[in-house]
Amino acid sequence: MELVFKRPECLIDVPFHFCPGCHHGIAHRLVAEAIDHFKIREKTIGVASVGCSVFMYDYFNIDVVEAPHGRASAVASGVKRARKDLIVFTIQGDGDLGAIGIAEGIHTANRGENITLIFANNGIYGMTGGQMAPTTLLGQKTTTSPYGRDFTYDGYPIRMAEMMATLEGSALVARVAVNNAANLMKAKKAVRKAFQMQTEEMGFSFVEILMSCPTNWGLSSLEANRRVEEEMIPYFPLGILKERKMADYL
Amino acid sequence: MNSDRFYYDVIVAGFGGQGVLAIGNLLAYAAMKEGRQVTFLPTYGVEMRGGTANCTVVISSKEIGSPIVQRPHAAISMNLPSLLKYGPRVLPKGLLMVNSSLIDLKEVSRNDVELLAIPVNDIAIQNGNPKLANMIALGAFAEKTKWIGMPSLFESLEKVFDERHHGLIPSNIKAIEIGAKFVQSL
Amino acid sequence: MGAIDAGCLLFFGYPITPQNEIPEYLSKHLPPLGGTFIQAESEIASINLLLGASATGARAMSSSSSPGISLMQEGISYMAGSELPVVIVNISRSGPGLGGISASQGDYFQATRGGGHGDYRMIVLAPSTIQEMYDLTCLAFDLSDKYRNPAMILGDALIGQMKEPLIRQKPEKMDLPPKDWALTGARGRKPNRIKSLYLQEGELTEHNWKLYQKYERMKKEEVRFETVNVEDARFIIVAFGSMARVSKSAMELAREEGMKVGLFRPITLFPYPEKGLYDISKQVKQFLTVELNTGQMVEDVKLSVDRDAQVYFYGKPPGALPPPEEILEEIRKYYK
Repeated sequence: MELVFKRPECLIDVPFHFCPGCHHGIAHRLVAEAIDHFKIREKTIGVASVGCSVFMYDYFNIDVVEAPHGRASAVASGVKRARKDLIVFTIQGDGDLGAIGIAEGIHTANRGENITLIFANNGIYGMTGGQMAPTTLLGQKTTTSPYGRDFTYDGYPIRMAEMMATLEGSALVARVAVNNAANLMKAKKAVRKAFQMQTEEMGFSFVEILMSCPTNWGLSSLEANRRVEEEMIPYFPLGILKERKMADYL
Repeated sequence: MNSDRFYYDVIVAGFGGQGVLAIGNLLAYAAMKEGRQVTFLPTYGVEMRGGTANCTVVISSKEIGSPIVQRPHAAISMNLPSLLKYGPRVLPKGLLMVNSSLIDLKEVSRNDVELLAIPVNDIAIQNGNPKLANMIALGAFAEKTKWIGMPSLFESLEKVFDERHHGLIPSNIKAIEIGAKFVQSL
Repeated sequence: MGAIDAGCLLFFGYPITPQNEIPEYLSKHLPPLGGTFIQAESEIASINLLLGASATGARAMSSSSSPGISLMQEGISYMAGSELPVVIVNISRSGPGLGGISASQGDYFQATRGGGHGDYRMIVLAPSTIQEMYDLTCLAFDLSDKYRNPAMILGDALIGQMKEPLIRQKPEKMDLPPKDWALTGARGRKPNRIKSLYLQEGELTEHNWKLYQKYERMKKEEVRFETVNVEDARFIIVAFGSMARVSKSAMELAREEGMKVGLFRPITLFPYPEKGLYDISKQVKQFLTVELNTGQMVEDVKLSVDRDAQVYFYGKPPGALPPPEEILEEIRKYYK
């Protein structure tokens, strides 16, 4: 029988710990497929951020360093500056990048560090138990916004991709979703593009993936997918926000 | 400076911008060139210009302990506040050099020290460059004390000045010489 | 300079007085050598850039001053937990808070007790001359690699701003173990993991005991201190860094007055020279600890000396620096 769907080589054969219906496993797979595609497993370094993404080293068959909360992009920059020949990526959550590590994220982009940052945006703190994130939507109830997010109290949800796109240092900025097959194919393309640009030394590549968190949203997997479509995408529009071509640098 | 065992220290003080640290730096480098043990310790206010600035230079034949000096052998006061602060601290029989262009000698309260009054700003202006007052002072001090030789002082200018200012070295050497001649003529 | 001669080509830092001379020097001299200097957006970013660089096995350093060092504590704790080598220079200033830019030894506790969260230690070296600033920087890189542990050079504004002659002679490099733990790409080997999170039952206990063993080994093998005139001394001044210099002059003044005073200068603040002090305290029973703070190292002196030894303290909070005469006055007060 022909094998038409298999585990990417750079993922280890263990079940993900992620909750049922969570998109995190899909994000891992997209990254793994991109690494396999470019055959760079043996020179890729992963930077594990704090949050649900921290167990990266249990799943990826590559060298991994764990960063303090919010500091993943600074750590990734450090790895890259020490070893320009390595491919470096990190997956940061919305709390990690949008709140505690926003300075490191923005300055990493602004310096045009030649790394890939996958931004996992599910609008909530998953690992610590469903608290409000900088990307939590207005009106959304969380364990620390029990009456729903109110901008007079908590400010507005931050659009990270748009912010990254304004910086001269960023080379690729995209926002994708994985809630249905069509979006997933686009996401796969964007992630692959991000790694391709790094191998071509084009500079900072950023892919925001809108994700579900059924457990902390209090929804079933399918309901959560629908919520991504109906509530998140209207506020966080999908697409390639910025793509530098080699000619831009000449 | 001919004896084998010696120890000297000086506090140089004035406004920031008067070139006080340059005086200390040059003294220290020159002494180092002559194979002496030396420390140079600057302290200054948070302002880059116009604040207070002073530095302590210790020159010795053996390893220097404290770079901080309570009662120095000599003090160079480039302005009144520094005379009032450091004048009283000079050791008896020590050397108190004051910039008499900016300091009224009536302010000097010590009669147990050797007073060397040099109108460094006036001399600098007479010689065409008011910015070189600190070099006049340095020349006068070096000539008076003989702690270090003039050749090593001139060589040190290259070390202390940033390369882009090396063009100014000849005029600085001249100012040092003018300061030294002023002392000889006293 | 010491850093470059120790083969460190990576520097990440953020401006703060009174240590700006270090990054200014390195921003000029590293790039021509093929090195990298980055002025990061904060000390938090600096220490994490270091974490990443160190994870690849490269030698990297930063320098800062007290408030900046406080911001780095999170990263230092992670690096201690992840067993990553790094050299951090603290040209300490006065606190608490914004404090001032004058010399202070108020960061002794922070440096020697770990500083960040968790049960860890840092190698802490305290230079008292410019020559030592150079020599100990080279040593810090070796020790930090040897133990896979952060090392700190603890200086102060006095050492940081002072100039004195330096003989630039590369010290011999230690025989160091290979960095087979470094992240270089998992080619032909199992992936390497650098982390400090241990959630499986018993894992973290084991990890902490392992770190403890390392600190104990440092205590056995790496203690360094200097003694002056202790052979015939009846009275010992204990001081480190800049205060040891001023104390040395005070000791000489006391000797001129016929008082038999010696000096004990810890060079490693962690591991602390407990045994060296204890051995001396079996003969000498009077100790005066001199510090530019209101009493920190004096606790270690008290813990180290024999129980019938007297430990006096003379401290100065930041502001005026004590000249040797002031310390002499204290010696006269207690000398018997």
